[in-house]
Amino acid sequence: MNILNRILIIMIGCLLSNMALAKDLTVGLKSEPSSIDPHYHNLGPNNSLSAHIFDTLVGSNENQQHYPNLAVTWKPINDTTWEFKLRKGVKWHDGSDFTADDVVFTSKRAANVPKSPSGFGTYLKGKTFVKIDSHTIHIKTEKPYPLMPNDLSTVKIISKKYGEGASTSDYNSGKAAIGTGPYKFVEWVPGDKIVLKANPNYHGALKGKPAFNKVLFKPIKTGPARIAALLAGDVDLIDSVPPLDVARLKKNASLTLTSGPSNRVIYIHLDQFRENSPYIKAIGGGEIKNPLMDVRIRKAISLAINRDAMVAKVMEGIALKAGQLLPAGFHGVSPNMKPDPYDTKAAKKLMADAGYGNGFEMTIHGPNDRYINDAKIVEALAQMLSRIGIKTKVETMPKSVYFKRASAGGPNKSPEFSFMLLGWGAGSGEASSPLRALLHTYDKSIGMGRANRGRHSDPAVDKIIQQALSTVNADARGKLLAEATEIAVGKNYGVIPIHYQMNTWAAKSSLSYQPRTDEYTLVMGISNN
Amino acid sequence: MTAFILRRSSQSIIVLFIMSLLVFSGVNLVGDPVEMLINPEADQAEVERVIKELGLDKPITEQYWYFLMNAFKGDLGTSFIFGEPALKLIVQRMPATIELALFSLFISLIFAIPLGIYAGLKPESKISKTIMAGSILGFSMPTFWVGILFIMFFAVYLGWLPSTGRGEIGSFLGVKSSLFTLDGLSHIFLPALNLALFKLSSVIRLTRAGTREIIHQDYIKFARAKGVAESRVINVHLLKNILIPIVTIIGLEFGSLIAFSTVTETVFAWPGMGKLIIDSIYNLDRPVIVAYLMIIVIFFVFLNLLVDILYTLLDPRVRIQGSN
Repeated sequence: MNILNRILIIMIGCLLSNMALAKDLTVGLKSEPSSIDPHYHNLGPNNSLSAHIFDTLVGSNENQQHYPNLAVTWKPINDTTWEFKLRKGVKWHDGSDFTADDVVFTSKRAANVPKSPSGFGTYLKGKTFVKIDSHTIHIKTEKPYPLMPNDLSTVKIISKKYGEGASTSDYNSGKAAIGTGPYKFVEWVPGDKIVLKANPNYHGALKGKPAFNKVLFKPIKTGPARIAALLAGDVDLIDSVPPLDVARLKKNASLTLTSGPSNRVIYIHLDQFRENSPYIKAIGGGEIKNPLMDVRIRKAISLAINRDAMVAKVMEGIALKAGQLLPAGFHGVSPNMKPDPYDTKAAKKLMADAGYGNGFEMTIHGPNDRYINDAKIVEALAQMLSRIGIKTKVETMPKSVYFKRASAGGPNKSPEFSFMLLGWGAGSGEASSPLRALLHTYDKSIGMGRANRGRHSDPAVDKIIQQALSTVNADARGKLLAEATEIAVGKNYGVIPIHYQMNTWAAKSSLSYQPRTDEYTLVMGISNN
Repeated sequence: MTAFILRRSSQSIIVLFIMSLLVFSGVNLVGDPVEMLINPEADQAEVERVIKELGLDKPITEQYWYFLMNAFKGDLGTSFIFGEPALKLIVQRMPATIELALFSLFISLIFAIPLGIYAGLKPESKISKTIMAGSILGFSMPTFWVGILFIMFFAVYLGWLPSTGRGEIGSFLGVKSSLFTLDGLSHIFLPALNLALFKLSSVIRLTRAGTREIIHQDYIKFARAKGVAESRVINVHLLKNILIPIVTIIGLEFGSLIAFSTVTETVFAWPGMGKLIIDSIYNLDRPVIVAYLMIIVIFFVFLNLLVDILYTLLDPRVRIQGSN
């Protein structure tokens, strides 16, 4: 009897402790990943999901600062070689050991996935992975390559055992989806749900052991439906709360809202390569020399933008004024640059000095479904510019049409628009990402300036960017990147930054989410209140 | 009958061909899928690799030729986004859409026909006037807005029904559907009602109009004079005769329920074909758009055929031409 009682007590105890652990979580996501294969599609929703199942060598935390993940240390051992020491005792989800062979295998597969609509080749080209021993890797490059940790913070390491010969479908079905991450893959029903369960053997580099037993991701595309699902208690956390709803939801005691700046700057590209720009005319419609070639006009435009009003009125307070390409705290940000003040008087004077005292006519273009409140931002810009005599017309369109025209809609696949609204998220988490893509001279042969849709070009800036990209010392590189930004944005007005986008997550009140600058929604970032 | 079906089938092949030409050239005029899919940080070399990988480096005529050749083999192309066959993606999501359409058809019929007949039989009563006023609301309110309203009321305020997604899937006689579980039914109810609303209203109006017309026919008067029970007059003589226009409408509208349930599926995050097509259009997943529209064309052709055959069963006077 006594023994029976004891067994009963132990059984009840087990049951209770199990119940305490057995917490399930449902997350409502705006965008559904297109695959479980971590190398198939290099885009936010996919990278965010695969971070639960797979690990990178170098981790990237909520502020995109690096931390030891599958690699415990990394350092350059000479000009062209980086040494990565791997974490010992890490197990794959099937129980087998993680070794250097898996890393070498990953380096070969990640850039060569068939049918991949956006691969990892950009981060892996020119790098040779050499296994030194079971837990040491050397990565060799032809030239000094300082951004090695940044590049390797993007590539998920897969198991050689399961990855060999595996197709993207094998990952989607779960057959090959064996990682080292905090959660194991269970099931993906496209359009409906993604199910994960806790990995009790997780090595714990990111926030220790998994906090939830079972995680369910549900794609809910429309904002109101996502909010309703949260209010109804069908999901515990949602991402991408529309700014318009933030103030109202904050008053709701049963919810916790968290907002944080992202690595995405919203800015203007201006045509600086055509003597006659297609969407700029003299007042009355005559031909006119492209005024945007003149730095005084570009500066005048920046001074005409009332960034405070933009943030407060258009963005409902959910954004940060921008004076450069990344908010403070990121590597390579200049400490000296502030957002331009709102000063129409100075702007008008600059217009007059440049010989455009009477203004000109311009059509400004923007997407209407890409960035938060993008069409409204364009409309507000048009009003602000008309105050300094630039007669503006607004044209917004869906991103599916917009980006093609913005990149290559003109003759000879040149950018079509004269003045356009765009955004840039620095995936690498430092300033070289926007500098090389937006402000370096467009040059296909060296892969620079791909998204330089205004074709801004300044040899001095190019030189500093390239110098920075081969400077291994992090402090020196940061200074060079800051200097390049000061010239390209602060002096040249090559692009005009408006604001940094902020993202908002909403959770039921017992939970709260640590906002991430890379806009990922990671279950590991959820804490209990 | 056989000759009729054969002739119809050959006509539909021509329709399919013209449709494929229109859709293929249409979607290829708009935008650049690579800009949609690629990570902005990718360099020019990576962009070129993707263009090649997706076959977009070839001239459009050549792309169309490949599409046609593969279509004959039953391969409607590979999704740019998912990297899986477009047909597989659509077929995967078809059951969810069909069960939603069937259930909403069921809801609209069991309510609409009795309500419509009632309103037709007693056009002056207050209840009839309320039914008719309600039906105006039913098709003049936007689906999106009503959907959100349903969610706010039934899921958020009352907390009776789930707000989003598809429920547990059960299996009955080998058919898998969420209609066979309680959880599944609770999930499907709101989206189905949302989708049914428009149809409910139009079928009510159609039934009422039919009833008003037929109730004055001689054969109804004769049946009554003969002393046939009122219930039999309504259930047999009346119902059978008003069903002809209703079957036409339902046949066609069932097709549109399936093809255009996009709004409801998006609001309720229902994992069906409608959500797939909307996402594919937004992201310029050309192969899926083309494959989807081809399938929908086949669907409509088939439904039309079915309606024509049903006619003959309901009304022996209607003879399919060419059947003799």
